[in-house]
Amino acid sequence: MFVGWFAASALGAEISLWHAYRGDERAALEALCSRWSVEHAGTQVLPIYVPNEALASKIESAVPHGNGPDLFVFGHDRIGDWSALGIVRPIPGDPPDVLPSALAAVTWKGARWGWPLAVKSVAVFYNRALIEAPPATTDALLALADQPLPAGQFWLVQEIGKAYHAGPWMHGTGGGVFEGDVVHLDSPANIEGYRLVQRIAREIVPPEPSGALVTQLFNEGRAAMAITGPWFLGEVNPAIDYAVAPLPAVSSTGLPAAPYLTVEAVFLGRDNPDAAALAAWLAGPEGARVRQDVGRQVVAATGVPTSDPVLAAFRAQAELAVAMPVRPEMARTWEPVDRALKRLVRGATPEEAAAEAQRQYRVLSRPPPPAANPAGWLLGAGVLGAVGLALGGRAVWRAPIRKWLWAYAWVAPAFLAMLLLTVLPFAVGAAVSLFEVQESTWTFVGAGHFLDILLARDFPLGSPLSFWTTLVVTIGWTIANVGLHVAIGVALALLLREPWIRLRGVFRAVLILPWAIPSYITALVWKNLFHQQFGAINALLALLGAEPVSWFGSFSTAFAANLCTNTWLGFPFMMVVTLGALQAIPRDLEEAAEVDGANAFQRFRHVTLPLLAPALLPAVILGSVWTFNMFNIIFLVSGGEPDGSTEILISQAYRWAFTRGHHYGYASAYAVLIFAVLVGYSRLTNALTGRKVV
Amino acid sequence: MRSPGPVRVVLTHVVLVGITVATLFPVLWVVKMALSTSQGMSITANPLPTEFSLENFRYVLSKSSPDGTWLFGRQLLNSLVIAGATAAVGVGVACTTAYATSRWAFPGRDRALQLFLLTQMFPGVVAAIPLYILLDFLHLLDSMTGLILVYSTTTVPFATWNLKGYFDTLPRELEEAAMLDGASRWTTFTQIVLPLARPAIAVTALFAFLTAWNEFILAATLLSDERRYTLPVVLNGYVGEFGAEWGHFSAAAILVSLPVTLLFFGLQRFLVEGLTAGSVKG
Repeated sequence: MFVGWFAASALGAEISLWHAYRGDERAALEALCSRWSVEHAGTQVLPIYVPNEALASKIESAVPHGNGPDLFVFGHDRIGDWSALGIVRPIPGDPPDVLPSALAAVTWKGARWGWPLAVKSVAVFYNRALIEAPPATTDALLALADQPLPAGQFWLVQEIGKAYHAGPWMHGTGGGVFEGDVVHLDSPANIEGYRLVQRIAREIVPPEPSGALVTQLFNEGRAAMAITGPWFLGEVNPAIDYAVAPLPAVSSTGLPAAPYLTVEAVFLGRDNPDAAALAAWLAGPEGARVRQDVGRQVVAATGVPTSDPVLAAFRAQAELAVAMPVRPEMARTWEPVDRALKRLVRGATPEEAAAEAQRQYRVLSRPPPPAANPAGWLLGAGVLGAVGLALGGRAVWRAPIRKWLWAYAWVAPAFLAMLLLTVLPFAVGAAVSLFEVQESTWTFVGAGHFLDILLARDFPLGSPLSFWTTLVVTIGWTIANVGLHVAIGVALALLLREPWIRLRGVFRAVLILPWAIPSYITALVWKNLFHQQFGAINALLALLGAEPVSWFGSFSTAFAANLCTNTWLGFPFMMVVTLGALQAIPRDLEEAAEVDGANAFQRFRHVTLPLLAPALLPAVILGSVWTFNMFNIIFLVSGGEPDGSTEILISQAYRWAFTRGHHYGYASAYAVLIFAVLVGYSRLTNALTGRKVV
Repeated sequence: MRSPGPVRVVLTHVVLVGITVATLFPVLWVVKMALSTSQGMSITANPLPTEFSLENFRYVLSKSSPDGTWLFGRQLLNSLVIAGATAAVGVGVACTTAYATSRWAFPGRDRALQLFLLTQMFPGVVAAIPLYILLDFLHLLDSMTGLILVYSTTTVPFATWNLKGYFDTLPRELEEAAMLDGASRWTTFTQIVLPLARPAIAVTALFAFLTAWNEFILAATLLSDERRYTLPVVLNGYVGEFGAEWGHFSAAAILVSLPVTLLFFGLQRFLVEGLTAGSVKG
């Protein structure tokens, strides 16, 4: 082992490669890496797999601080902002032979930023048992609606409520996000596109078509066609006799319905000629052949013929696709278009939806606040700091510190760790709120972001984007959740301590399962339980004779769905904390009360609860703080639907930071305000409980 | 206490079973997907499995790295070590802090407790990149130590508050007696207070363990070697940019939650054996 280590370090050259490939694609990439290592003695290629959800944040953290890999594989759509941040760099050498559209996609501001490996776009999967060939035009597609199908079957499933998936129809009517360099979501061509999307969504696609539903209906042989991408090959049921064809042409214009094209490319994480050579080889014909044959990848390279009809169909579709724009403005269009599409399905006219989308886009690409002079702020901060130090120093000087030195030793480890690892990073992050960060330029704006947020300058006060509206929703969300968590948790804990309950241990262990199972999957299961047509909740309601509810169509039902999911996730924690706290309460007191004739409720109200409350209070206060900032349930279950009305403050902050085009300063100001609200809340609980909790 | 009549016993059990069934209802879909042969997300009204294939479990369990390491075993071990160390460090540090703040009114005590609560109010969104830079500076990137330190620090505020709440309810007479007999503060704490606080320690340790057990974004950002990954990182690896392998994800999710449930089942002894079995009762 020592010799091996010595050999590797003596020969030196290691090339690290970060990627998020899974399954066959990963096997192909790893095979290529070992082959390169064998053929280039002295070079060791280390492919490192990173889950897709963490890859972007890992790259953004590591590369600017010199900890990045030599190479990484990512979609081309981040080139716009990553080139400005220095995360990707121009790649040297001549381009390998790849599709011109793929090469164009990695070209930006006159430079080439990576070599294209694979192209991904949607196409039509069709079930040959149900349809001979997919229709060639949208008129023919819509005409299918008049042909009856057996109950429970559909002509087409597609995630048509998402901007990415509606893209082909918009492009087919001559529309698109950009008109020249300008975002024009309400152009006449886009309005026509919305009209087409609305007809397809309402006439032939089942309601609430999620990715899960697409897979499920096609795999059960209940959908004649599914519009989805090559990633579906890993999920498709092999028992279905399927084939893949390009999307139809749009009848009104004769243009092909061109889907978005994502080009997966290999980028240089640091300047390393050996790594650049490997990148060119991976993208070139040798690499492409293995990726295509072993990884079943739709490769960008030309001159690598395939005998696989599915891959050939995707290649044909890729040549008719529109490369995802890399302009930074693009990131701000997804949410407005997504919301417009949902609105169309609920019955808005295309004109209304388009106008609203453009208006929202304008809000999201908010102009930065004017630059401020930092001198006054520095002076103010200096004075405050000096006064604080003086007051603090005086307090410390006066306090009998020496006498208590031994006691400080008991709290020092926790205190120091907290200062270093929690307070310091937050203080640095909070300072960002005083700046406008655009690409890599920082402008000092002082309180500009705070004023914009608090005065709701960019939108009406009652809009879901307004801080105050969201604050009201967040408070309601917190109170409802914590109330239910505590009520259910305490009730179960009280029941589960009775000695005459059989299998107490089993009940206790089973009831913590919602806490123990990773919430990512259970939250998505809950979302599906609330599906309008195929969900179990509406099925149960139907048994009771009720009409199916469109859960994510109105604020109150969408809020209820979020609440239900989070209550299920949260009550076990309260139950466990209560079980522990109950142990400090001697049962003699309750027995005495029972002898005195108190009924169960009176005993709980006057004996158990007063003793339980102090031990439970920290869990209640911290639980409400956590619920206040619990954004993943909102994200996974309602996604803010309808129209962003179920968003809470933290999910807004998250969106401003990551999905609305990186308004870091604004997002940081949101975070500081959330902190301020919570500090206010803890003061309020102090006043209300009349005891010093904090 | 009087034992309740038979009607109440039966009714209570019926209610409990009902709640348990309702709680397990969503879990049934996870089990169904884990036992299915497809990788789709199940979206049906029927929660009962229609296939009984163990292929997903086999796939998840049998992965190995190019150099032949059994990845699932290695990653399970990583997770156990990291979550176990987090629970030990977090609760250990919190115990002394909670005891000191519960018993002695030293100057600055309330401020320190306030600070602990305030840290829970920091939205994590803004602190991620500064934390990365800090760990880089401390040379704690790509190390389990760094991860354990960060996780422990996250758990300390709740752990301290919860333990303090419990210590506050413990009678002080025993400690005073021990001190009169000449025991040091430390001896009193370890020999008398900690054994009495077992229920609260068990709850707090479970909380700390689960915090570390389920976290994955930090783990994936800080670690750069698949053999060091924790189970949640692997689990979230079954979700791609567009599609996901739900069958594998479900099987892995069940495997990930089993040790926690078993741990809790084992910890219960401490949960219900606090003061009632201790020296105070009677």
